[in-house]
Amino acid sequence: MEIFQILASALAGGTILLFGMLGGIFTERSGVMNLAIEGYMLLGATIGYKVAAQTGNPWVGLLAGILAAAVLGVLHAFICVTLKADQVVSGLAINFVGTGVSMVLGANLSNLIGKVNLLPTITFPALSNGSAVSEALYILTKQNVLVYIGLIMIPIANWYLFKTRPGMHLRAIGENPEAADSMGVSVNKLRYLYTILGAALAGLGGVSISVAIYPGWFSELTTNGKGWICVGLVIFSQWQPIRGAMGAYFFGLLSRVILNLKIPETLFGGIKNPFFANPNLTFFLEMIPYLFTLIVMIIGANEARRKRIGAPAALGQPYSRGQRGK
Amino acid sequence: MSDDSPFVVEMKKITKKFPGLTANDNVDFHLRKGEIHALLGENGAGKSTLMNILAGLYEPNSGEIYVKGQQVRFRSPRDAIKAGIGMIHQHFMLVPTQTVTENILLGLDEPKFIMNLSKYDEIIRQLGIENNLIVDPTAYIWQLSVGEQQRVEILKMLYRGCDILIMDEPTAVLAPQEIDVLFNTLRSMTEKGKSIIFISHKLNEILEIADRVTVLRRGKVTAADMPIEGVTKEELASLMVGREVIFNIDKSACHAGEPVLIVENVYAENDKGLPALKGVSLQVCAGEIVGIAGVAGNGQRELAEVIAGLRKIQSGSIRSKDLDLTKVPIKKAIEEGIAYIPEDRHHVGTAPNLSVVDNLIMKNYDQCPISKGIGMDEGAARAYAESLKDEYDIIVPSIDTPVRLLSGGNLQRVILARELSNMKSLLIAVQPTRGLDVGAIEGIQRMLLKQRESGGGVLLISEELEELVSLSDRIYVMYEGQIMGEVHDGDIRKIGLMMTGTRLEDIPEEKTEVTEGEKA
Repeated sequence: MEIFQILASALAGGTILLFGMLGGIFTERSGVMNLAIEGYMLLGATIGYKVAAQTGNPWVGLLAGILAAAVLGVLHAFICVTLKADQVVSGLAINFVGTGVSMVLGANLSNLIGKVNLLPTITFPALSNGSAVSEALYILTKQNVLVYIGLIMIPIANWYLFKTRPGMHLRAIGENPEAADSMGVSVNKLRYLYTILGAALAGLGGVSISVAIYPGWFSELTTNGKGWICVGLVIFSQWQPIRGAMGAYFFGLLSRVILNLKIPETLFGGIKNPFFANPNLTFFLEMIPYLFTLIVMIIGANEARRKRIGAPAALGQPYSRGQRGK
Repeated sequence: MSDDSPFVVEMKKITKKFPGLTANDNVDFHLRKGEIHALLGENGAGKSTLMNILAGLYEPNSGEIYVKGQQVRFRSPRDAIKAGIGMIHQHFMLVPTQTVTENILLGLDEPKFIMNLSKYDEIIRQLGIENNLIVDPTAYIWQLSVGEQQRVEILKMLYRGCDILIMDEPTAVLAPQEIDVLFNTLRSMTEKGKSIIFISHKLNEILEIADRVTVLRRGKVTAADMPIEGVTKEELASLMVGREVIFNIDKSACHAGEPVLIVENVYAENDKGLPALKGVSLQVCAGEIVGIAGVAGNGQRELAEVIAGLRKIQSGSIRSKDLDLTKVPIKKAIEEGIAYIPEDRHHVGTAPNLSVVDNLIMKNYDQCPISKGIGMDEGAARAYAESLKDEYDIIVPSIDTPVRLLSGGNLQRVILARELSNMKSLLIAVQPTRGLDVGAIEGIQRMLLKQRESGGGVLLISEELEELVSLSDRIYVMYEGQIMGEVHDGDIRKIGLMMTGTRLEDIPEEKTEVTEGEKA
């Protein structure tokens, strides 16, 4: 049964990354760089947890966390779309704003651990008293409600992007904003919309940490760089939700397996666990997801390769009418 | 086209001012139903401004526009399209990663939310068949040739119900055979009652396709609504330029000497990492101009860049005399006197914010007399710049002016002055006359011929076929990164066929073609 336990928590861990990654895809498909996911997430986690604690209602917390990140997204959109500033610099700055505000507002939140109502976990008790198969299914399906929301969101995001009219417009403004503009699509309005939507989704990712999957608030360790993994996942996804979702769940699995490697005294029935013997080595294990992010970023950094893996052609370029890149 | 066809567009006393420039000065323009009306003028004469006003991109400072008898005021291209006016821009406004259908539906209110693409594919296929614009609606734009992309642009406007089409230099990107196809399409569209405005500065095309012509010079109309019958090319040219233009360039016989550039079997990739050059071999000898013809994007730019040392090659060799250009640093190539006029004047050819002086000395700042150890002799640099300015007729208020303030022609002269004064054996010129006015073009063509006469080898890459044919001693034609063949006599028919992918050896002789036709 242990393998199902691992898979179940992989699904949960991957859900957090899924939300942030989808936010990244939506923002970047519109042509605006999104490096601020970590900041949005941490702010969402903090505000979500705080409001949930104050009102006693985790759903209100969820809404508040999403809204807070969205407000920060407005700032990013204003800097990138209206002021046409460098989108990488803005993204980094927004991270600092998000982190800073979270540190201030979250000052006493770490005392509340265990005292805050969390978003409900969905179980199917009917499965728990039967064969091994249904037992396994019971373990797998015992998930927070947000895990289910995440699972539903993947096909919806994909369908929206590739099968609907607004989705087509979204892809057009990230590929050739001039063409879209000449056909009456308001490029900058839509870029605002998707920058804010992307922030809101990342905020949802943040709330899914603090009020659902890994409950509690531990200052900047609440997100612990998960937003940056999302940035890497966006590139890995080639801006496609389904590919990205697989990546997100794979990462959920990876981080869970790492946990499993750290704890037991012996591995694979008898081999002495080096990570147990020397706990300092586990730092290297924990590095793996971030190392992967770094590698993906390095691969994605090369302009030529970006084009080949399908980055939106106008990603990072502000748009104003009548100015071809002269 | 009969004179009594009703006007579909009347533009009256249109004036449009930009800071420091009156682009249109009291311009009248009339378009009749079912005609092809050419709008002729040099670059900067105000053709595009006038049509951008009609297409809703600009609002005029004064003047009135009537469409089908109704006065209109357009605030955006959307308004113009609603009134039935669609503009097809020179740079296509298409999203390469989307299908033909998706591009055509972009920005429309219908379909409302869910795209039922297969249904619209069929509608668009029908629309294409009706209008003689055959293109696969399910294909992605990046898979299409330039001619097909243009058809998508036209379909986009037809789908929106436009019956007045403005085509901004539609032939600039097409091969001769594609131009024929386009002209046939345009004719069949006017037969169905569509009206077309054809912006161009190519006189032969206007004489071939247009029913009437309006000529602009420096924002003013020099010939209004003139029927094309009986008009000669020379008349049109002098209306456009304001003086007599000599079309033939005097060229002495070719005295080709030793090869100064040998390119052998070169393979290279483009910016996207796809193969751009696939086994290109060519030679340039001293004392000749060798042209490279081809539709834009068939590897010409990459070819120039590999020779200039700006792009890595994967295999093959590029030599100039005993110099291996793929191995030596660019610095060495400059010292050996290889000159390069890049396609992008603003970013590759010059440093826009530096002064004329700094731009002129860029290739010999470290040589005597300008260089003095680690310092620079400013006096010598200025004297050098002044002498080049006079020699090459660069018109600037002062040699300290930043070059970004220069006009296209003057900017190009700065580049030519710098390159030609350091050139010893080889010049690579990419689109040296693009976007310049007739006067500047003449001057630059003369400079290229002068290099040839003084024994330099010139590799001329251009999309202007007329220019290539009149200047070059030999022409190679490129298609999809390969050389299709070499033409010595400037036969436009052969060049055209090669530009669309036929190898020289596969081109049937004109005569045999006729006899085969008779047999059949």
